[in-house]
Amino acid sequence: MKNWKLAAALLASAAMPSAGWATELEVTHWWTSGGEAAAVAELAKAFDASGDKWVDGAIAGGGGTARPIMISRITGGDPMGATQFNHGQQALELVEAGLMLDLTDVAEAEGWKDKVYPPSLLDACTVDGRIYCAPVNIHSPEWLWLSNKAYEDAGIPVPTNWNEFVATAPQLEAAGKIPLALGNQPWQSNLAFGAMQIAVAGLDAWKAVNIDKNMDVAAGPEYAAVFKAAADARKLAAKSNVQDWNQATSLVITDQAGGQIMGDWAQGEFQVAGEVAGKDYTCLPGLGLNEYISTGGDAFYFPKLDDPEKEAAQKRLAALLVSPEVQVAFNLKKGSLPIRGDVDLSAANDCMKKGLEILATGNIVPSGDMNWSPDVQKQAEDLMVEFWKSDAMSAEDAHAKWVEILKSGL
Amino acid sequence: MAGNTLGARLMRNLNAKIAAIPMVTTALVVFLGGTAWTVLYSFTNSKLLPRNSFIGFDQYERLWSNSRWLTSIQNLMIYGILALVFTIAIGFLLAVLMDQKIRFEDTFRTIMLYPFALSFIVTGLVWQWILNPEFGIQHIVRSLGWDGFTFDPLNNPDVVLYGLLIAGLWQGTGFVMCIMLAGLRGIDDDIWKAARVDGIPRWKTYLFVVIPMMRPVFVTTLVIVASGIIKLYDLVVAQTSGGPGTASQVPAMYVYDYMFQAQNLGQGFAASSMMLLSVLIVLIPWAYLEFGGKKRG
Repeated sequence: MKNWKLAAALLASAAMPSAGWATELEVTHWWTSGGEAAAVAELAKAFDASGDKWVDGAIAGGGGTARPIMISRITGGDPMGATQFNHGQQALELVEAGLMLDLTDVAEAEGWKDKVYPPSLLDACTVDGRIYCAPVNIHSPEWLWLSNKAYEDAGIPVPTNWNEFVATAPQLEAAGKIPLALGNQPWQSNLAFGAMQIAVAGLDAWKAVNIDKNMDVAAGPEYAAVFKAAADARKLAAKSNVQDWNQATSLVITDQAGGQIMGDWAQGEFQVAGEVAGKDYTCLPGLGLNEYISTGGDAFYFPKLDDPEKEAAQKRLAALLVSPEVQVAFNLKKGSLPIRGDVDLSAANDCMKKGLEILATGNIVPSGDMNWSPDVQKQAEDLMVEFWKSDAMSAEDAHAKWVEILKSGL
Repeated sequence: MAGNTLGARLMRNLNAKIAAIPMVTTALVVFLGGTAWTVLYSFTNSKLLPRNSFIGFDQYERLWSNSRWLTSIQNLMIYGILALVFTIAIGFLLAVLMDQKIRFEDTFRTIMLYPFALSFIVTGLVWQWILNPEFGIQHIVRSLGWDGFTFDPLNNPDVVLYGLLIAGLWQGTGFVMCIMLAGLRGIDDDIWKAARVDGIPRWKTYLFVVIPMMRPVFVTTLVIVASGIIKLYDLVVAQTSGGPGTASQVPAMYVYDYMFQAQNLGQGFAASSMMLLSVLIVLIPWAYLEFGGKKRG
């Protein structure tokens, strides 16, 4: 009798080892700056509150450092519970190789198709009609952040677009400021160039190149103007020698620099520093020229695990990430836009409202990650690094090389 | 040689041969096998995952028309030649100084060897801070009163390689000194006595008698230092991450970036095969001279 009970108890404990215990999921991401860490803490809080356990796996050094680590863990047989990627082609081959969990049933149960806006976000998660990622936010890199105080010190009004910014730069420099703050990491010069593409070349030329892949337009006069603008910016950023993007942002926050071209995630840094949008700093989406934003962003992918219990937890996390409450809490801290139009963001500040407005009017374009393979993007990035840091390369040379790189990805 | 059948030769030193099997297997499978696999797949258009679609020399054509790769090769050559010459020259000089029967030799030797105990990552970070104009050497000299003093090698594309070189030399010379010192201690005292009897000055003895006698030591040092230079990666990542611009890029960084960031394995493999080739170009003539020459004697 006694043995029988013992056996039953053993059996029960073997069958349900974690009954009553939270399922742990390790989540890897590259959100490590002040504002980003505050935002990711919201996700962890929500997941822990729902009864599971978020094990944080932050990888410092930006996406370029983090992605190789994530990918080699997944392909090397040591997958994490969930991982951040930018939606688009970054994880495409992992999905095609069957290493990622199919989330279609979660998406259907939660009605993602009707709620996720713009729909291109969900399309970027879809491979062969199945959904493989949960989008969490929309990030657009096409923003110019300006320090109001720096312009006050120089005795000139805050510019309202890129052309004014370039024109007033000499006065700013005379007042002892760096006109344009730009970090030395490769992706940042690439981002600045991307922002100029849509702002200077305009929507039609941008679409012709990045979506229709029309190489004649890429080699044409619209894009020559973009390279000319980049050459201007190169001169303005010559004195800025910081590494990380948030160090560059901090030059703007501390009024040592006039402005920075950076994505809307810079907003989180302004917020942590206690600055007020419109009063202490000004933001110009689309560099104030063409108010279009591209809708890239972050998404969570869930590598396939053998444990059915963990798989259930992965699906719970996926549903949680898209839920309205988490969307609001996370995006307010992060400074990014929510991926669904039906949430209340009245707490949003001036800059986020500008972004929401642009989103609502539909002035949006898909992001580079969705249009070009990582290989093409890396080559373009290499070119931009070389171009921004050496005065030897002329705008025309860079333009010609850039067209060659795009052609290699056709 | 006449009575040596194959069986007898196999049986000789059998224990030693059995003991060597794991190492031989590792060398064959991991090193040779891995190398062959990498070279083979450098002829494919593999992206994130290896794929068997061969495209001939396309990856190599693209590699050699890429300006970042060409800069990397050039940087490595400049850095490599300077690092090789200076580590060996300074290392030997330090060893000679240590060899003058000085007091506290052990203490000095420990001090000189300490940097070698640090990894390249730590070395790179430390020197990044020392060379940083905001709080490094420039800041200290300026606060001593020389206001116009400028020393900012890591942010100047023209001299950034020398910034790397300083850190590399600081880390590597102590080790070379120790090898050289061991070599110097291996020189028979009678040689010194004979030289003194003949009235040859000390520096001449070092230059024309001791150095030629230390040839095996120099060759060993050369190989160790040179292989360290070709795989140079972590120092650059920690100190400059290849910047400013592409001014301090090295081939190993190109390999890593294209394999993992650009998700283009084929391109990365092609670049690493070229690195292998450059090692072989250095190594084969040397091995031929070193081992092929033995048969004469």
